[in-house]
Amino acid sequence: MHCAEELVTHSRCSDTSQQLCSAILVMNFLDKTFELKEIQRLEGHSDRVWSVAWKPATGTDGVPAVLASCSGDKTVRIWEQSSPSGSFHCKAVLEETHTRTVRSCAWSPSGKLMATASFDATTAIWEHIGGDFECVSTLEGHENEVKSISWNASGTLLATCGRDKSVWIWEVLPGNEFECVSVLQGHTQDVKMVQWHPSVDILFSCSYDNTIKVWAEEGDSDDWHCIQTLAESSSGHTSTVWALSFNFTGDKMVTCSDDLTLKIWSADIARLQSGDVNAPWRHISTLSGYHDRTVFSVHWSREGIIASGAADDAIRIFVENEDKSVDGPTYSLLLKKEKAHEMDVNAVQWNTAADKRLLASASDDGTIKIWELAPQSGGEGLSL
Amino acid sequence: MVSELINANPIVYEKKERRAARSTPIVDEYAVEPIDQQEIFDHLRDIKDPEHPYSLEELKVITEDAIEIDDKRNHVTVTFTPTVEHCSMATVIGLCLRVKLMRCLPSRYKVDIRVAPGSHATEAAVNKQLNDKERVAAALENPNLVDMVNECLAPSYEP
Repeated sequence: MHCAEELVTHSRCSDTSQQLCSAILVMNFLDKTFELKEIQRLEGHSDRVWSVAWKPATGTDGVPAVLASCSGDKTVRIWEQSSPSGSFHCKAVLEETHTRTVRSCAWSPSGKLMATASFDATTAIWEHIGGDFECVSTLEGHENEVKSISWNASGTLLATCGRDKSVWIWEVLPGNEFECVSVLQGHTQDVKMVQWHPSVDILFSCSYDNTIKVWAEEGDSDDWHCIQTLAESSSGHTSTVWALSFNFTGDKMVTCSDDLTLKIWSADIARLQSGDVNAPWRHISTLSGYHDRTVFSVHWSREGIIASGAADDAIRIFVENEDKSVDGPTYSLLLKKEKAHEMDVNAVQWNTAADKRLLASASDDGTIKIWELAPQSGGEGLSL
Repeated sequence: MVSELINANPIVYEKKERRAARSTPIVDEYAVEPIDQQEIFDHLRDIKDPEHPYSLEELKVITEDAIEIDDKRNHVTVTFTPTVEHCSMATVIGLCLRVKLMRCLPSRYKVDIRVAPGSHATEAAVNKQLNDKERVAAALENPNLVDMVNECLAPSYEP
């Protein structure tokens, strides 16, 4: 039994050259000195910037990178590179739809649609039609502020959450129609973020009630349930959980909190992918002592690099240690970029498709920054 | 306003004597002038209580000692004492303190607002709410709340 499981894991690893590749890269990370180089500062929003999202499959194969940002100024801005490695400029401003802060934005997996969540209690769906972004649908139902949205991997489901403590699941129908298939109650406070698993239709939500909840469908009944709650009693967070992100394989999740820690959770991915959504998520590591103020954002890159954005204006980069201890993987701080912004860093997001290690960050100072994680210039770092 | 007051008979204290405006001649007008405890107190002392015609100083909701400042680390902590233990105005008072400091301190400052330990029945909940910037941002998009805050703040700006 045990043996078989190991074999399965092993064959998966050798099949995926990507994984070997990341392992080698992580090794190099610990050997060399890296720096976060500021590529560009994007100005235009007139209030704090809450969130950013890279358009899928841009920044690679000669396609210029595209980034969306949203703000307290009630608008969304679309930034596009002038050429595959050129500078970013504002291509479009999406305004006059939301009447209050736009808290977050998310591209559909195909990149055809974008969803925006607003404090005005609505979620807007935008389509890129003939060079213009048009609002093609508005999702109503939440009682007040909508805080986050997430598309599932196949783009057939959309989740929203908000201050009314609920999580909604919408089915994407033809003709830009969205039908609410479930309203999930369970959190006892404000829900800060929803995020689908990268390959299995399991939904994760994190809240002001300090917990992370895992939601899944019972059979094919359209009946969604909370199947697990990661609370303080399961080595969870002791204050608001602001964000979460998955690694490339989807067997690990990182969460960040007002309790100044990051936590790493893990589940049996083979079990999940074979259809057993009840495979439990277990706490495997807590990264404490690194952050001085609330951690608002965390994002795991395709290569296995974790970035965090916090209220102390800094961006930190963590990598998994090469030698695993008996208690499981451990993580080290690769670098800390002090004063990455002049004020709180609200969001950090890796461009997972980009040929370079591009990171976007958003801040209360009203700016967005594009960074490249690269070996320190002048060092021996270039001899990869 | 409200017919039944939460604290019908608050104790009113005397106002502290004002410090004279800085008289030291400015040598280098671009030099960073450190901000001290008293300067923060001066920004906050005249904020009006949401339900009484008295200032937060007169009600001893805030005192100079309750302000901690670490100018080098750009960090300010304000601890206020609600007039009664079950005071439902505590979040409004806290919001007023936050908004006033947001408006008059340079943006590099990180501000923490909390109620004095043991001074409020739902202390932890009030503190958590006042320091959740997303909820503060949402509250400040509520016109009724903004009107209320502005009314309390009005006397604290110099004529």
